[in-house]
Amino acid sequence: MTPGSSWHCFQGILLREFLRFIQQRSRFLSSLVRPLLWLIVFAAGFRAALGISIIQPYDTYITYETYIAPGLCCMILLFNGMQGSLSMVYDREMGSMRVMLTSPMPRPFLLFCKMVATAMISMTQVYAFLLLALFVDVEPPLWGYLAVLPALMLVALMLSSLGLLLSAHIRQLENFAGVMNFVIFPMFFISSALYPLWKMQEASEWLYWLCSINPFTHAVELVRFSLYLQLNTEALLITAGATLLFGLLAVIGFQPRKSGR
Amino acid sequence: MSIRVENISFRYGQRTALNAVSFTLQEGGFHLLLGPNGAGKSTLFGLLTRLYALQEGDILLHQQSIRRQPAELMRRLGVVFQQSSLDLDLTVQQNLIYHAALHGISPGRAKPLIAEQLQRMAMPERAHEKVRSLNGGHRRRVEIARALLHSPDILLLDEPTTGLDAQTRRSLNQHVRTLCRDQQITVLWATHLMEEVAADDPVILLHQGRKLMDSSASTMLADSGCQSLEDAFHHFTAGGITA
Repeated sequence: MTPGSSWHCFQGILLREFLRFIQQRSRFLSSLVRPLLWLIVFAAGFRAALGISIIQPYDTYITYETYIAPGLCCMILLFNGMQGSLSMVYDREMGSMRVMLTSPMPRPFLLFCKMVATAMISMTQVYAFLLLALFVDVEPPLWGYLAVLPALMLVALMLSSLGLLLSAHIRQLENFAGVMNFVIFPMFFISSALYPLWKMQEASEWLYWLCSINPFTHAVELVRFSLYLQLNTEALLITAGATLLFGLLAVIGFQPRKSGR
Repeated sequence: MSIRVENISFRYGQRTALNAVSFTLQEGGFHLLLGPNGAGKSTLFGLLTRLYALQEGDILLHQQSIRRQPAELMRRLGVVFQQSSLDLDLTVQQNLIYHAALHGISPGRAKPLIAEQLQRMAMPERAHEKVRSLNGGHRRRVEIARALLHSPDILLLDEPTTGLDAQTRRSLNQHVRTLCRDQQITVLWATHLMEEVAADDPVILLHQGRKLMDSSASTMLADSGCQSLEDAFHHFTAGGITA
């Protein structure tokens, strides 16, 4: 494996994901419908019920739409990451994944390329969402759009590797409904995506504790702070650590199997 | 390049899928891997393509174990899977460029190789068509072209004619035989269709995870005392004769 051949391999995987993405325009649109419904319908209803005081990284009172936008960006990454990883695991005995695994490149490298490619596709969806969010007055600073890019990439990688890890090791998660009920919904709702942690603490101490140990909370905070040009070091370290841990465990799960599934 | 499968066994939990199977594929030979459904052919392909890790036994390339050099095996191997694994919404060329990239080949280097393979498959004008618009036979040809793109020494085909009509099956089989002869590629063709077997082909017959026979089709016929290969196949696989 030389740097040149690795680069061609990475390029090839990325190009294929983009070509497939362009072919599946309906997938792109449907992935935007979910967060937009939350942003427009749910937030409108909730705005009246939930007052938000000035909290970091915001320097003034904000609308509820502004508060949940980073969480909804992460929701796009969460759905795409889980969906992508699930298909990687269940395609491995047939289809495109099996073709990929006949490559002489090291499997951890192939998985990494695939996850980066999926992450880049997800990020185009996140940016499309942020663009549409301008219409409901979610207006982060202009440089925030650039500053959030590495944070989105890291979060996307964390969620892809978590998806890969879970679906490679837990047989019960054999379809997307299982992942929705047991992974996506708990991760999303027990986090700071929809409500600030201090609100959660007021409601229930143990819920607050659960939110605090949920890596998705830290992912959302990393994106929130980056979007407003601030660095949340704690969130960065936890998200990076979780990405590394999930990634390593996922790679182990993807080694040639000693026994059939 | 020859490849030696040495005493491999594989179990799915309590069920034994392969039991002490050994054979050698001679360089440049067209070998048939015969066996009814459930004989262990797909498990063997899973081991050769590193979907599964070896539990017992070994696979040797030039006396080198693939346990030590797995990447070397994958570099020298072309595979056609039983189920189609092309992206239907991409063009033939896009599918092939993707495969070349997986082997570290740049698009610039891949394009003349693709043109050469498609020419060989008698479908150079189809390069820019979406795979979805091709019929089953042509899709299979694209998969064979893909498997040969990185110039492998060994070509594995797992029941490649599944779902094709008789005429396409015959032409595909003939095509791979010609490739094998002209380019000295070692071929392992798995099938349960005896019409795909020629009298002097080396055959490996698997049944219930065990190797029943490792000789030629004509010997299989003679040993069975039957009139046709079809009957000989049924004789061995239905009769439960063990090696």
